[in-house]
Amino acid sequence: MRTPPAVEDLLRALAPQVLGTLVRRHGAFDACEDAVQEALLAAAVQWPGEGVPENPRGWLLTVATRRLTDQWRSERARRDREAAVAAEEPAEPGPEEDRPGDRDDTLTLLFLCCHPALSPSSQVALTLRAVGGLTTAQIARAFLVPEATMAQRVSRAKQKIKAAGARFGSPPPDERDERLRAVLHVLYLIFNEGYTASSGPDLQRADLTAEAIRLARALHRPLPGDGEVTGLLALMLLTDARRAARAADGGLLVPLTEQDRTLWDAEEIQEGTELITDALTWSPPGPYQVQAAIAAVHAEAARPQDTDWPQILALYRVLAHLAPNPMVTLNEAVALAMVDGPSAGLDLLRTLDGDTRMEGHHRLAAVRAHLLETAGDAPAAREAYRDAARGTTSLPERRYLESRAARLADGDPGGKV
Amino acid sequence: MLMIYNRPGFLEELTEQERTELFGEVEAIMTELSESGELVGGAALADPSLTKTVVGRDGRPAVTDGPFLEAKEHFAGYVSVDCETEERAVEIASRWPDVKYGGYVEVRAVMQDSGTEM
Repeated sequence: MRTPPAVEDLLRALAPQVLGTLVRRHGAFDACEDAVQEALLAAAVQWPGEGVPENPRGWLLTVATRRLTDQWRSERARRDREAAVAAEEPAEPGPEEDRPGDRDDTLTLLFLCCHPALSPSSQVALTLRAVGGLTTAQIARAFLVPEATMAQRVSRAKQKIKAAGARFGSPPPDERDERLRAVLHVLYLIFNEGYTASSGPDLQRADLTAEAIRLARALHRPLPGDGEVTGLLALMLLTDARRAARAADGGLLVPLTEQDRTLWDAEEIQEGTELITDALTWSPPGPYQVQAAIAAVHAEAARPQDTDWPQILALYRVLAHLAPNPMVTLNEAVALAMVDGPSAGLDLLRTLDGDTRMEGHHRLAAVRAHLLETAGDAPAAREAYRDAARGTTSLPERRYLESRAARLADGDPGGKV
Repeated sequence: MLMIYNRPGFLEELTEQERTELFGEVEAIMTELSESGELVGGAALADPSLTKTVVGRDGRPAVTDGPFLEAKEHFAGYVSVDCETEERAVEIASRWPDVKYGGYVEVRAVMQDSGTEM
């Protein structure tokens, strides 16, 4: 059975609202979350055939509340009192509950799902279920793990939140910034999981980029004045805009400079560019904003040779200052090579030799190979491409790197290893 | 269970066209097996240089780089895990009881269908 997109969108939008209301009434995040999942599943089965009820939110609340009381009744001895309380509650939202507080609920849920007691993969799983309204089966498919594995991950995450004594409500002010950073990181992880999936059987994972963008919008709505929230949303839009151009037939990856730019999504580019251009006028720059600005500079070039590399290099230098890490240095080396020539880029790469964080990382070899090729050192470039191909765990990347090495070997048939 | 063994570096010796043909043939077999319902699961493994081997030394697990390349052991089975880090996978492998009795557990990354655009 496939839920029609309209019903699915509605369910995903309602999921955090219903969960928020339920948790505010009854506490017990874990039990409420289970009940909401069951209500969402029931709706996904009934609504496409029987039509969407007049008050879909009330319907979900009623069903979820019933599931919750059933669950509590079955744990009779301990739960008698709560069941009685729950049964007395009206299922329809009271006037005081049907207020813009729903938006805050989404934010509160995001903070809860990205609780520091959880590992990143559990934060991701719980966020997609509790805030995104995805089923465990859908999340498992997207992350290519068995459903039982994902179910275990979700259930352990909920137990950990319970054990940590996390309450439904905004985190204390001194933890808020850090928690928001964790939320942004989780949304970025979800986005990348979807975006790096190239093609073919992985369409389910491309849905993850859409879900990450939807959640980033949900976060941006109550926090329009946060520069990094705006920056992340802009970064996702500007990156997602390239999706149709980044893989050729058969899933072979197409590097940025060789992409057919007419396939880039102009609407997403415009929205992302406007968001980031505006944010940079009033917010101190943060890592997501700078990365979005870099993506915007790439996007504004109609042809690769029109790219404003000096500006990109300047932005990478800002990024290296804000959030130094070897991946930033790699990208900075590419930009530097475009401005000052490949040997300048190769010199900068050398500073990463011996950096344990880069040990055996194929991206270092891949960038070096690219710069050596530009510098005209074909044999060394070929070796570096092969090093990189051996180091990656991505099939499309390995094929791309092997084909670059093979292209260089064509003129030199004796050069096979 | 079908266990695929090949010579290190053989892929690099093929021409672009031969490689494309090879991947095409693999895809055809996989499609056929999916459609017939015979496919249970399977994955390509990353290059042996990305391998760690856990081996028992004096009854304790020791971790070495690279695969175990002697042929006197046989491939006895496999467990597929989804861990946050390679360290965690090595930790699980180190607890595998076979290691205490002279067995080996090779920890190897599984190839993914995803990638960045470089």
